[in-house]
Amino acid sequence: MSNFLSASIGRKVFMSLTGLFLISFLLIHLTLNLFLIFDDSGNLFNQAAHFMATNPMIRIVEPILALGFIIHIIWSGWITLENMKARPQGYASGDKLLKWWEPSKNMFILGGMIFIFLVLHILNFWVKMKITGDPLLDQANGTGEEMHNAYALVSNLFINNPLYDIIYMIGGIFVGLHITHGFWSAFQTIGLSNINWMKRLKFVANLIGFVFAIGFSSIPLYFLIKF
Amino acid sequence: MADKILNKIYVKVWRQNSPKAKGRFETYTVENVSQGTSFLEMIDILNDQLILGGKDPIAFDNDCREGICGMCSLYVNGHAHGPDTMATTCQLHMRKFNEGQTITVEPWRVGAFPVIKDLMVDRTAFEKIQQAGGFVSVNTGGVPDGNAIPILQDDAEEAMDAAACIGCGACAATCKNSSAMLFLAAKVSQFAKLPQGQVEAKRRAKAMVAKMDELGFGGCTNTGACELACPKSISIAHIARLNREYLKAKIAD
Repeated sequence: MSNFLSASIGRKVFMSLTGLFLISFLLIHLTLNLFLIFDDSGNLFNQAAHFMATNPMIRIVEPILALGFIIHIIWSGWITLENMKARPQGYASGDKLLKWWEPSKNMFILGGMIFIFLVLHILNFWVKMKITGDPLLDQANGTGEEMHNAYALVSNLFINNPLYDIIYMIGGIFVGLHITHGFWSAFQTIGLSNINWMKRLKFVANLIGFVFAIGFSSIPLYFLIKF
Repeated sequence: MADKILNKIYVKVWRQNSPKAKGRFETYTVENVSQGTSFLEMIDILNDQLILGGKDPIAFDNDCREGICGMCSLYVNGHAHGPDTMATTCQLHMRKFNEGQTITVEPWRVGAFPVIKDLMVDRTAFEKIQQAGGFVSVNTGGVPDGNAIPILQDDAEEAMDAAACIGCGACAATCKNSSAMLFLAAKVSQFAKLPQGQVEAKRRAKAMVAKMDELGFGGCTNTGACELACPKSISIAHIARLNREYLKAKIAD
């Protein structure tokens, strides 16, 4: 295993495994977020947020998740820099083979945009829920149970700031695009693909990417239109 | 049916006197080129013009001119081997170009393939990768019977598809990371599918990947550009096999 960590394929395995782990997290994240639009009283979402904040299993997974993000982000920068060094001089006539917008060509840029969005997203919600607190979180949630009113915090942002609605919608679309390449690419990197499975994995990648883009952006859109 | 004649085209070519020299683009006018002319013949015509004018002809690699030797390279108008599919530059014809068009011709831009002169690059790096493990060690002795080792037809076909690689370097030239992974994958795959090659599978994958990294090629990001640029249409599914072979070998260490 000596030079596995620095070998080109070894580095990519880290991207692949953390990427798949982050996709599984996003799947849960999206499912819980959809409670925001299926229950306007906010009770369903508050229960879910409370469960996630208190369940011991989730508490254990949380730092692992943070580590997954950190590895995925740092490794992407490292790999991109190494790859850029492999071509000291570019082509004057550019690249006419792949379209400029193809996610596969723009994974680092898409990832960078998602990273900026992620920082904003953490400041918007996670920091307030876990560290600083917010008066909205202490609002009565109507059930009489002792828990944060996370719904009030989220809905307040989306109802009162159309700019944030747009940012969150774009963020969701970027995550979707990133995954249309990332999902099948992760399997390719760890060798779990062949001529038949590549087509299937690409189909699933497009499906997941589509569901994530529509799913995540539908939430701010719902608040933008309804309220 | 006679081929049409292009009255005038402009060819913008990368000129570089030596590996260390600073290169530059120069634009030449070529007149009365038949569309039935191959791209390399068009450069031959241009070179005749240059020689008659007392100028240095353009240096470019070529040999068989029938798409099997892998010597020709050239990055033409944003495409490795030019704007045709499943073709090397020698199989590219002037019918792919229009009257009055400016055609930009560049050498492969890969750090591990330094420019020797003009459009010629040094592809020794591919030889070094091949020498690191792209072979089957054979003991001397009598020739074994061809039918002694049964091989599935599908496996033989897949190995043959991979073995179609001519080592031209279009994959690395077109890849945004200048990665040699499709070349490596083809060389690893052609052995991995056959029993004679499987004996040294672990050593081969590790040695070839280590050599590729050492020579300064980039890593694969699965854009699939190599497969599209490959004159032999070698599938990136072979890259998945290379990854699998490499990981199996590394985990066993």
